[in-house]
Amino acid sequence: MSVRIGVVLFPGSNRDIDARNAIEVAGAEPVMLWHEDADLSGVAGVLLPGGFAYGDYLRAGVIARFSPVMRAVSAFAAEGGLVFGICNGFQVLAEAGLVPGALLRNRSVRFVSREVSVVAERPDSPFTRLVGGRRPLRLPVAHGEGCYYADEPTLDALERDGQVLFRYVRPDGEVAVPGDPGNPNGSLRGIAGVANATGNVAGLMPHPETAVEAILGSDDGLAIIRSFVEGAAERSRSGPLVEVGGR
Amino acid sequence: MSASASFRYAVNVTPKAGILDPQGRAVEGSLGHLGISGVRDVRVGRRVELTVDALDEAAARAVVDRLAGELLSNPLIEAFTIEPLGATSSTRSEVPA
Repeated sequence: MSVRIGVVLFPGSNRDIDARNAIEVAGAEPVMLWHEDADLSGVAGVLLPGGFAYGDYLRAGVIARFSPVMRAVSAFAAEGGLVFGICNGFQVLAEAGLVPGALLRNRSVRFVSREVSVVAERPDSPFTRLVGGRRPLRLPVAHGEGCYYADEPTLDALERDGQVLFRYVRPDGEVAVPGDPGNPNGSLRGIAGVANATGNVAGLMPHPETAVEAILGSDDGLAIIRSFVEGAAERSRSGPLVEVGGR
Repeated sequence: MSASASFRYAVNVTPKAGILDPQGRAVEGSLGHLGISGVRDVRVGRRVELTVDALDEAAARAVVDRLAGELLSNPLIEAFTIEPLGATSSTRSEVPA
């Protein structure tokens, strides 16, 4: 039986169909979870898709943070369950404090919709281990508030503790710092994706779920989705999610 | 229902000092088009006005404090101030049809 992965549907989510498709392409079974659901139907992992949850009113992701399903997602994460937030899903996780930092308005003050290059900074995380090292991945971005921010001590700690999972890179593979054309939003230190301290919750601004088949323009995102799906499958096979592996 | 009063507040939310504010920068950049010079340090924030029904002002203020810190602002990137706008002593604020 294939592993079941929950996709949370908030009012205003719009990448949920892409997320479903990506999970199927990765060989798993998507399970749609409604924002008013107070339980997760026993899924092995949770994906928070892109979009504009609750219209992004007030701040992107903040209203969604207080929805019943997010209480269940927080509990699931606290038990070590794998949770992956993409784009607006990343904003929801950041507002909920499930991943460090915040996503500010793009430095250009413009919505940016294009392809970018990112690299996975960790070969061994549950979200990156099938990527095959630090090779540039072509992924689309589509957001108005994607500028990753944390204060300097926090950024240093994230780097030291291996919580930086993805960075925007230039064509030559160097990190695209703010101001570089390869950095679409001004994210500090080129950070495109981060994990929590225990490594089981991650947020990523670009969209791997819309880059899983060549017909979509790129299939570079599939290795990320497969890493997540297989990581979730392993955790569900290993029984109750009580122990979170340290790093 | 016990009698209570209504207290009106404004919560002013602004980007914390040191946080890049691209909206403020965009506003600043447009001032030249108006022929205005000598204006700087523009910071764009948000003002939220609300009415709290509570037994007394201390109880109303406690609600606003919590709301401002947990929902209306993100403490990582934003600061807020709370501005009391006065009380009305009706049991419930009704808007005439």
